[in-house]
Amino acid sequence: MGLTGFFLITFLIVHCLINSMIFFNDGGQTFNHWAHFMGTNLIIRIMEIGLFVFLLLHIIQGLMLWQQNKAARPIAYAVSHPERNSAWYSRSMGLLGTLILLFLVLHLYHFWVPSRFGGMASIQPLEPVSLSDYANQEAHNLYREMQIVFQNVWVVIIYVFGVFSLCWHLMHGFQSAFQTFGINHKKYTPIIKTIGMAYSIVICVLFALMPISIYMGWVN
Amino acid sequence: MEHYNMNLTLKVWKQKNSQSKGSFETYKVNDISSEMSFLEMFDVLNEQLVHDGKEPIAFDHDCREGICGACSMYIDGQPHGPWQQNTTCQLHMRAFKDGDTIVVEPWRSSAFPVIKDLIVDRTAFDRIIQAGGYISVNTGNAQDANNLPIKKQDADDAFSAAACIGCGACVAACKNGSAMLFVSAKVSQLALLPQGQPERETRVLNMVTQMDKEGFGNCTNTYACEAECPKGISVANIARMNKEYLKAGLNTKE
Ligand code: HEM
Ligand code: FES
Repeated sequence: MGLTGFFLITFLIVHCLINSMIFFNDGGQTFNHWAHFMGTNLIIRIMEIGLFVFLLLHIIQGLMLWQQNKAARPIAYAVSHPERNSAWYSRSMGLLGTLILLFLVLHLYHFWVPSRFGGMASIQPLEPVSLSDYANQEAHNLYREMQIVFQNVWVVIIYVFGVFSLCWHLMHGFQSAFQTFGINHKKYTPIIKTIGMAYSIVICVLFALMPISIYMGWVN
Repeated sequence: MEHYNMNLTLKVWKQKNSQSKGSFETYKVNDISSEMSFLEMFDVLNEQLVHDGKEPIAFDHDCREGICGACSMYIDGQPHGPWQQNTTCQLHMRAFKDGDTIVVEPWRSSAFPVIKDLIVDRTAFDRIIQAGGYISVNTGNAQDANNLPIKKQDADDAFSAAACIGCGACVAACKNGSAMLFVSAKVSQLALLPQGQPERETRVLNMVTQMDKEGFGNCTNTYACEAECPKGISVANIARMNKEYLKAGLNTKE
């Protein structure tokens, strides 16, 4: 869980960084430039396969944990106060992961499927703009796609909800991965925990702001 | 501390044997002193039950001073009750108020089957210890202790890990029924000391294998175990065991 989770954490940094380019408010030029790079670079394409493999492994491991751990306590306590000994999101990793997965299905359907397999009917090939990369190429305008997708308030709400689930998943997961790898240190563990909290909140606030900003018309 | 008496309602798990189903039974106890321990309260109740010709409640206990780990029970939703770093035998009735209803259950774990009422079979822990929680030494005269220099920090960490009394509260508290805190305390205690080195790698591999065989769940780092441990065993031991296990797995010659 730790290893696959760590890979996903690294992926999120890149993903969030690139998507944050929309906040430059330049009509998506910078964002589309990098989205195009990610979509055409061979190394990135290979890493994408790795990403899906790791995501799948992460899910399979999660299901195995869930099944084995359920079997370890066949009879539940009649009265139990877990809130006195642990954080609710630490105990709810399976549930949060499932919510993220549901969000991901919608999310990949919105962006990944059309960008890889075509069918972005709504999307114009980019005009060859100042960025030379686009010259004579038919690049997908993912920025435009975002603008279309995030016109629907329900989609925006689901995205924000999905990103919240991700935030809590990461608040536990980040520090948990270190513990799993055997790193627990008087001096460094409190620092790791702080970084994990900051990482989760910053990444998720940025992600949540994307659909909100587009819906509200803050970026254009 | 002010002394007071209280009347209580107890809902206690009654189960004939490991095969039967079991259910809660409700009891009333009156005039319980705030200075009694939880087990003494049970003694009063049991005497009353015997007097009335009823079956007393079966519960495990031995030292009654917080060092043997026998008095395992889940009181009002927490292992060993509401106080921190405390065993049931050291839980005093001043933790409760007059008129309280207290729910008492046995540990719930498929690796700890109920023997009777509140008593569970914890021999799974014994089998884990037998799998590697020991050191092999040749017989003969004991050496002078000062022949083995040990770093102060290591000695302290080993001592803290060795404080584990094997009560099973970690398993009981864990939502996954994982025994990682117990096993890691035993692994750590020996891995940190020179005497534990010859069997260091086989120990962690064998003990973890046995732990999985017993049907304990997997650790997901919620740290409920540390919060509920009567001896305050640190989850740093779990990290240490993870590292030991990884290293041993990579190093094995077979
Ligand atoms: C709500 C904010 C989010 C927005 C606006 C967003 C937007 C996008 C866009 C435009 C793409 C397609 C472009 C590309 O492939 O780089 C994409 C791909 C993807 N997103 Fe997101 N995303 C968000 C949150 C997330 C979250 C929380 C996850 C969870 C892990 C996630 C996982 C993925 C995955 C796995 C892909 C496919 C990446 C690939 O191409 O290999 N996204 N996202
Ligand atoms: S009876 Fe020994 S620890 Fe409670």
